[in-house]
Amino acid sequence: MFNPTVAGITLRATLGRRRAFLFAIPAVVLIVLTLVLRTSHPAGAAWQAHVLGDFGFSVLLPLTALIIGTGVLGAEIDDGSAVHLLATPVRRTEVIMTKFAVAAALTAVFAALPELIAGLIAPHSGKLAVALFAGALAGAVIYAAVFVMASVLTGRAIALGLLYVLIWEGLLANLVGGARILSVAHYSLGVANGIDHDPSLGAGLTLTTSVVLGAVVTIGALVLAARRLAAFAIKGETT
Amino acid sequence: MTAAIELTNVSRWYGNVVAVNDITMSIGPGVTGLLGPNGAGKSTILHMISGFLEPSKGELTVDGAATWRNPGTYRTLGLVPERDSVYAFLTGEQFVRSTAKLHKLPDVAAATRHAIEMTEMSAAADRRISTYSKGMRQRIKVAAALVHDPRVLLLDEPFNGMDPRQRIHMMELLAKLGAEGRTILFSSHILEEVERLATTIQVMVAGRLAASGDFRAIRRLMTSRPHVFSVTSSDDRRLAAALVAHPYTNAVELTAKGLQVRASDFGAFCARIAPVAREHGITLRELRPTDESLESVFGYLISN
Repeated sequence: MFNPTVAGITLRATLGRRRAFLFAIPAVVLIVLTLVLRTSHPAGAAWQAHVLGDFGFSVLLPLTALIIGTGVLGAEIDDGSAVHLLATPVRRTEVIMTKFAVAAALTAVFAALPELIAGLIAPHSGKLAVALFAGALAGAVIYAAVFVMASVLTGRAIALGLLYVLIWEGLLANLVGGARILSVAHYSLGVANGIDHDPSLGAGLTLTTSVVLGAVVTIGALVLAARRLAAFAIKGETT
Repeated sequence: MTAAIELTNVSRWYGNVVAVNDITMSIGPGVTGLLGPNGAGKSTILHMISGFLEPSKGELTVDGAATWRNPGTYRTLGLVPERDSVYAFLTGEQFVRSTAKLHKLPDVAAATRHAIEMTEMSAAADRRISTYSKGMRQRIKVAAALVHDPRVLLLDEPFNGMDPRQRIHMMELLAKLGAEGRTILFSSHILEEVERLATTIQVMVAGRLAASGDFRAIRRLMTSRPHVFSVTSSDDRRLAAALVAHPYTNAVELTAKGLQVRASDFGAFCARIAPVAREHGITLRELRPTDESLESVFGYLISN
């Protein structure tokens, strides 16, 4: 289910692109913000959950996952190089699982790990840091599956992903309780809150609900992506 | 000998637009050219044969197996797509070796070396593909498509963007592969390319198969079609009289800009006009076919 050759090419393609530096920007912002707040605010002020939870799970995690998840396969589909990969006997499920694994791992490195580092920098937040790290890891996996699927389904995966993150997760999920059951950010917060309960995280789902829904969405997205890739067609040329 | 590629009543449409209309063809070992003007449906046919497009109707097989939703078909099929998109950050050798690994070949190193040698890319194999010329990119794509020694090789407009020397090299390579018993199918909209390389051709016009079979017979049909030429000479009136005496000349019109000659046989007229002018001591200044577009050639084939 995992193809090292596909993974190697994907890693080089993803990290070699000019936009690769974009991955690191939200992470650097979070760590710098944490350092500034640690210095400027007196010990005891409860800003950790707001910064690490709100910024980390509403901006850092989804945007990093969006750029990486839609790029690992979507960029190759856009520029046509995917044909070289798909004109081989490698099973489409293997391609999707490998792309998903690379996307999840890179998102973990560029989003979950900075979340842990920022959590350890922030004062009095040792257990919270571990909880947020676990939540971000779960989010990295679920987002990777969803955004890889989106890149196979449509050529406008980044635009649709942005709408999902900004409108659905950023607005509707905070205003309408029912919208949270389709919010990856809330699955991640649910996992974090289940490990270290903190009301200021604003988690709207329980740990069990988050894990079950997260697993269903991940598996469903991967199955749909593999089925769609099996019917991959070259488009736009009628000559 | 059984045909490697079989299409039976294959059609492909996009909404209301019919790109390929009820094509039946068999393609066996050797080099076959898929010839037609831009928009004729050549790429659509190649995409369907290579498993990257589902036929809307009909049956299509390579070595007896359907190619759509069947990645196993790539064990016997190699594809060189038209789009110049490769993993440019890899070296040529890394690209071919990666393809060999994806095919899970038993001896990746030997297969990679052989494919690169066959395409004469050894000297540049350690350079990044981003530094390659168009012709070198085409050759490394051919090397990757050949690394698993496929019986069938499909190439979509392989000579596009190549300089004359690169074209000759690619033609020699494809001719050699065809002579070895592989089934090579390439598309082109340039008659001369197909003429130099292919022994059999499939001519497509507006999504339909206009002609199919031995190239020489079809070429004769093409060159014997009626045609209009614009001619200027040192003495147009005498040249008109000399030309009209020959059976391949249907009509001659004397105009202010020279002669408009309607010939019944394109090839015979081109071959005879210079000797006729010389016999009468006339100097030819300009000879220009007025309608030399491929569309007109192919249109004639359809009507016949």
